[in-house]
Amino acid sequence: MMLAADKLCVTLGGKDILHSVAARLQPGTITAICGPNGAGKSTLLAALAGLAKPSSGAVLLDGAPLAALHPRERARAIGYLPQAGEVTWDMAVRSLVALGRLPYGDEGAEAIVAALAACNLEALAQRPVSTLSGGEKARALLARVLAGEPRWILADEPLAALDLAHQLALLATLRRAAQAGAGVVLVLHDLALAMNHADRVLLLDKGELVVDALPEDALSHVGIARVWGVAARWLGEPGARALVAEGLTPR
Amino acid sequence: MTRPIPLLLIALAIAIPLSLLAGRVWIDPASTPNAALILLDLRLPRALLALAIGGGLGAAGAAMQGYLRNPLADPGLFGIAPGAALGAVTSLLFGYAAPAWLLPLFALAGAAGAMALLALIAGRSGSVGLFTLAGMMIASLAGALTSLVISLAPNAFAMSEIVSWLMGALTDRSWADVRIAAPLTLAGIALLRLTGPSLDALTLGEAAARSLGVNPARLQALLVLGVGLTVGAGVAVAGIVGFVGLIVPHLVRPLTDRRPSSLILPSALAGALLVLVADCLCRILPLVTELRLGIALSLIGAPFFLALLLKMRRGLA
Repeated sequence: MMLAADKLCVTLGGKDILHSVAARLQPGTITAICGPNGAGKSTLLAALAGLAKPSSGAVLLDGAPLAALHPRERARAIGYLPQAGEVTWDMAVRSLVALGRLPYGDEGAEAIVAALAACNLEALAQRPVSTLSGGEKARALLARVLAGEPRWILADEPLAALDLAHQLALLATLRRAAQAGAGVVLVLHDLALAMNHADRVLLLDKGELVVDALPEDALSHVGIARVWGVAARWLGEPGARALVAEGLTPR
Repeated sequence: MTRPIPLLLIALAIAIPLSLLAGRVWIDPASTPNAALILLDLRLPRALLALAIGGGLGAAGAAMQGYLRNPLADPGLFGIAPGAALGAVTSLLFGYAAPAWLLPLFALAGAAGAMALLALIAGRSGSVGLFTLAGMMIASLAGALTSLVISLAPNAFAMSEIVSWLMGALTDRSWADVRIAAPLTLAGIALLRLTGPSLDALTLGEAAARSLGVNPARLQALLVLGVGLTVGAGVAVAGIVGFVGLIVPHLVRPLTDRRPSSLILPSALAGALLVLVADCLCRILPLVTELRLGIALSLIGAPFFLALLLKMRRGLA
């Protein structure tokens, strides 16, 4: 149940986006991918999901190259939640969640009910998606991923644009999935969320993996100064930290 | 959620027998002379053609809207219908001496040419944007070439024949036309139904669809073939019949759970019903000459399109 990047390079439009990234992701934990804008976070997540083709190197699932896996098998193993949150047709929440069963081609009624329950959506199951709030929609989209019962849950900025309560609710759902054995990988912009909720942080800068460490180490004020060029310090206790950004530092 | 399929089947079961009796001459099977002949050789093939063309356009429209994730998409967008029309119009240049099978053959060749060009330009990327632009390019190229062919017509008769053929009609069609259109349309609808699960996945965007195991190149190939067969066969026997592929999925969508896959078959049935009824109206209306089917549907379709746009504008305001 291992997902790993092995000397992974990705080139998009002639531009090197990722350069020789090597990382092993742990099932049963939450891994955060952090880094400045343009560092290659989304590309790394897409490559881990098998959606961005490596120009060299590979993504390995249980030691075998992801690219060699049948797309349906890959889809059963890895659930991917894109950032855009797009839902073209105004279907009911239950129909939306049921899309997560497509890799199995079955009704998967039990999995759908479980996913709706995990995201606290039972009362909204018959509501059209267009009538949901932003937070409710984010929960519905996560439930779609959970309905596929993937071993890996890869989500791109799932907490952006959500209020505090929805952020914590979504994180709690993801934590339960991790405790049930799934590997959870999140691209996170909010460093405090990564610091307080991730088990491990991959810090990317200009397409390279700078640090792969515990949040306290990866997101230390030294690391933040080096990668973001920002003088910052952490307040509070481990697990309940807040970040104070004090200003730009000359890099 | 209501189930539209039984509803549409009941409507068709009522409309088909009525359409056989309706026309400039209303048939009473008991008393009209030669009733059996008229029914079997004139009205029945015409009704079957209306069903095939409408069914094909409805299914193609539903699949296209699902694929392009746009409720305003229409089968004509891919350039397949204009390609088929170009082929058909070219065959009309051969004049009256040409055998009857030449026109459908040329139309199908035109559709196939447009499909091949689409596949060639869009390549194996499976990208929706590239594909749409390629389709629009082919549509405008085929349109320009069709105008060129019309301007090259050797005499006024050929030109008038081409222009009236382009308007789309089901007048004076025979079993030979049914034998061309029906099997190709059915095969096309079957292919389009196969795209259902992939179209459902596309609801979540291209990246999410791929993550759910959708193969974009396979989806595109199925779609081009399905739309090519249904639309190509329709143009080959009836000329250009517009708006059906645009309107029908809209009318049917509220009756479904709004997944693209649950729209394809009901759209086929509703398209068949719409064209059948529209063709009957064309026959019944007391005009000097029979109203052309393509014109009738556009006359119905344009106001519908306008209403749709106004509704969208209200949604944006």
